Amino acid sequence: MSRRKVAVVGAGMTKFMHRALETPKELAWLAAKSALESADMKLNQIDCIVLGSAPDAFDGVHMKGEYLSDGCGGWKKPYLRCYVGGGTGVYAVAQAWFHVASGLFDTALVVCEEKMSSCLPHPQAAFLTIFDHITEQPLKPNLLWIFALEQTRYMETYGIALEDIARVSVKNKRNALDHPAAQLGADLTIKDVLASEVMAWPVHRLMVSPTSDGAAAVILAGEEIARRISDRPAWIQGVGWCLDTAYWTNRDLAYPEYVEKAAWMAYRMAGIREPRKEINIAEPYDPFAYKELHHLEGLQLAPKGQAPKLLADGVFERNGDLPVTPSGGLLGVGNPIAAAGLMKICELFWQLRGEAGTRQVPGKPERGVAQAWGDLMQVGTVVVMGTKEPA
Amino acid sequence: MKPEPKLVRGTPLDEKALKRGKTFSVTYEPRLRYGWDTGQAISRYLAELKEGRLIARSCRKCERVMIPPRMFCERCFRPTDEWVYVKDTGKIFTFSLCYVSWDVRRLKQPEIPAVIEIDGASPGMGILHVVKKIAPGKVRIGMAVRAVWRPKAKRIGSVTDIAYWQPIKN
Amino acid sequence: MPDGVAIIGVGFTSLQPSTPHLSFKELMFEAAQKAYLDAGVQPNEIDSFVTCAEDFNEGLSIFDEYTPDQLGAVQKPMHTLTQDGLHGIADALMQIRSGIAELVVVEAHSKASNVKTPEWLLDYALDPIYNRPLGFNPHAVAGLEMNVFLHETGIRAEHCAQVAAKNRRNALRNPVAAYPLALTPMHVESSPYVAYPLREAEIAERADGCVVVVLANEARAQRSQSKAAWICGVGFANDSATLESRDWVRAEYVRIAAERAYRQAAIQNPREIRLFEVDDTYAYKELQHLIALGLYSEGAEAGRSLEAGETKPDGKIPVNVSGGALGMGLPLEASGLYRVVELVLQLRGQAGARQLPDIRLGLAQSWRGVPTTSGAVVILGTERPQ
Repeated sequence: MSRRKVAVVGAGMTKFMHRALETPKELAWLAAKSALESADMKLNQIDCIVLGSAPDAFDGVHMKGEYLSDGCGGWKKPYLRCYVGGGTGVYAVAQAWFHVASGLFDTALVVCEEKMSSCLPHPQAAFLTIFDHITEQPLKPNLLWIFALEQTRYMETYGIALEDIARVSVKNKRNALDHPAAQLGADLTIKDVLASEVMAWPVHRLMVSPTSDGAAAVILAGEEIARRISDRPAWIQGVGWCLDTAYWTNRDLAYPEYVEKAAWMAYRMAGIREPRKEINIAEPYDPFAYKELHHLEGLQLAPKGQAPKLLADGVFERNGDLPVTPSGGLLGVGNPIAAAGLMKICELFWQLRGEAGTRQVPGKPERGVAQAWGDLMQVGTVVVMGTKEPA
Repeated sequence: MKPEPKLVRGTPLDEKALKRGKTFSVTYEPRLRYGWDTGQAISRYLAELKEGRLIARSCRKCERVMIPPRMFCERCFRPTDEWVYVKDTGKIFTFSLCYVSWDVRRLKQPEIPAVIEIDGASPGMGILHVVKKIAPGKVRIGMAVRAVWRPKAKRIGSVTDIAYWQPIKN
Repeated sequence: MPDGVAIIGVGFTSLQPSTPHLSFKELMFEAAQKAYLDAGVQPNEIDSFVTCAEDFNEGLSIFDEYTPDQLGAVQKPMHTLTQDGLHGIADALMQIRSGIAELVVVEAHSKASNVKTPEWLLDYALDPIYNRPLGFNPHAVAGLEMNVFLHETGIRAEHCAQVAAKNRRNALRNPVAAYPLALTPMHVESSPYVAYPLREAEIAERADGCVVVVLANEARAQRSQSKAAWICGVGFANDSATLESRDWVRAEYVRIAAERAYRQAAIQNPREIRLFEVDDTYAYKELQHLIALGLYSEGAEAGRSLEAGETKPDGKIPVNVSGGALGMGLPLEASGLYRVVELVLQLRGQAGARQLPDIRLGLAQSWRGVPTTSGAVVILGTERPQ
């Protein structure tokens, strides 16, 4: 039995903002409306809704998926909320992919929303509750700890300098200047990044993505509908996800094996054997600057420990050999957690269709990969999209 | 080429808008309380901490000695076999110097969170804790450290019964 | 004809008011071991894992962090749904049908006893701007619904009391039920009001427990050691989240979900099914859900049939033989999976003292409780659907 093909046929997003006037439901609605308009579709053409949203602690609503349902267009419809922490935004597309590929549904609207500013006095405080309630929370850890601990391992293992990490911030914040939804686009130098205050050594302030309010949405359709309603569907060629152990203090933190496994799951499905040669554009997850490099290695787009060198050589610039995060990423566009992951899918959609305006990478890219990551440095989610129909 | 899709929806608020009372907000303080069952493995772990000892569980199949202890081996998917005391010394596997508290207050003196690889457990088996009594600039990966326990009367059966870890002087 | 998908293994713990001897991880490990043994599979053969859980039920944010180890899912595809276990069954079915997995595990559990402020937890689920400031007990949402439901359908309060008595009594024959009791409708009607017309004895009490279910594609199910329970139909749906604009009388989420499930199962008349395990978080909900499932065209008929004993274990369409949530206890997101466990045991002929004769088809239905309008339906059968 040949597998049913699925494509992305519409995408939309809100601005990413430090604090939005809109309620969580209104943000979800704005993104959903933009996606529907971009596909020239109405809600009654949508068979099911998939919501992605990260911890309920930000919006301050228990069972936030239920609360958001009518904002997402879920009224009297099959509606699911999937969840893999920070990996949710990209995973939600994998979730919707099997909703449609299974034949149960012909179309799916994926909405990802986050309103972090509702959490007072500062959204970061909510992250305390992601740590083990008995063995870790009594130490009053914060999110910066685990990122800094992992970045230290990465730098130590491969002998990476802080300048190499700062370069990611420079690239992504500059790319974001061209993104109309961006919260933190900026023209900076490596010196600027290193001069920003140390949050948790070796992490400086300008190596950290902001907290944000925002939403994004995409529409998936089965092959029959996709071909009919879209002149240039962006085909989903592969999906993959992988969750590692919760005992993160028992793991080697220098290399994200779970990203590698998720990537190969997606690559196998896409028929990709040599990712570095067969992928034209990448949107890896960059909540912290080093994570982009870490993830490029996990995605098999750079040898272990070598991503910093390729970045310094200009390979990952928008006009480089392998453009990486042409959107501006979480560092530049902003980080409303699940919505930020889905923003990366939106970027692939626009880039593959040649609709990315001033952000457009040269050379008519045919295939891109988006990836997100989350939990206690634990989960990898990967989607491969391309202009060609999957085999 | 089609023009770029419209992406401008959403209304950012700045401090000025908030101060001018252009927007309302409703505040709510969650009144949630939990009493988490610590279960067999972690109950014993906490009881031993109260006695000033660290304890692990071993799996006969993969031959790992695991800390924090667990009643099942996640790799072999079988019950673990024995309780094993491990030392209250170890090595810094990774660390940070953190200038921001958990609730985002700026700190003058950094906290030093670290993953400490515990002596007597299998290689790579670490726990999250904090290091003190050392100049921040002098902390290194691989540095040998020991647990500094709270006085017995002040221990409550918590990971904080270890007040902190400090370098072992050569 | 799409590939068949079947449940080839179930593992579950007995429901209890509290489980202080086990952490949630240890509870899950127990159910998982039983399920894998029942299915005759090793965890390393399993392609994908799904957990159904909500952060604030656990008291941990990003709860999916803590799910893989005790299920044997380390470095495997695994994700969480913040939904009932029946949504998890639908999810697993879609993964298998899309061809990316042959074996999928669905888990849901409850450590409800660890939530020390259950009313505040439900309060936290209300709309923060429109509803929370009004300060009512969230069970009042059920009271509001029950009142208009009785008013519009002609179902009487004593019918609801009969449901509560039936289900608590049914639980007497279920060894894993937390709240069996030889309760009479009179007892129920003498219990105090929580939110008029809803009485205390009509509200399911929370319980701790865990269920793990192993699903397989057709090839794997055909050679499975246990008797496969085939999935004949699934459906899930939401009505409105907004209290002010939902349908208070009819459970639209069940009607829509059931419509899909019946279509897949090629069921013209729901009475072809002889076993129903439906949500009874509040006693009136059982009746509301049965109507939405199409078993009764109007309320009065539902009331008359109940009086005639149609939904008792020896009736024409036994409902909640297991004891339901009223008799077994309400295990949060695991509620739907305990309903599924009952179907699987009945279809296999392993339901012990409460075994019904000649059961070939069964239907399980879930609802996520107040203030939601989220529900799901799963139809299981002994034969692979044609």
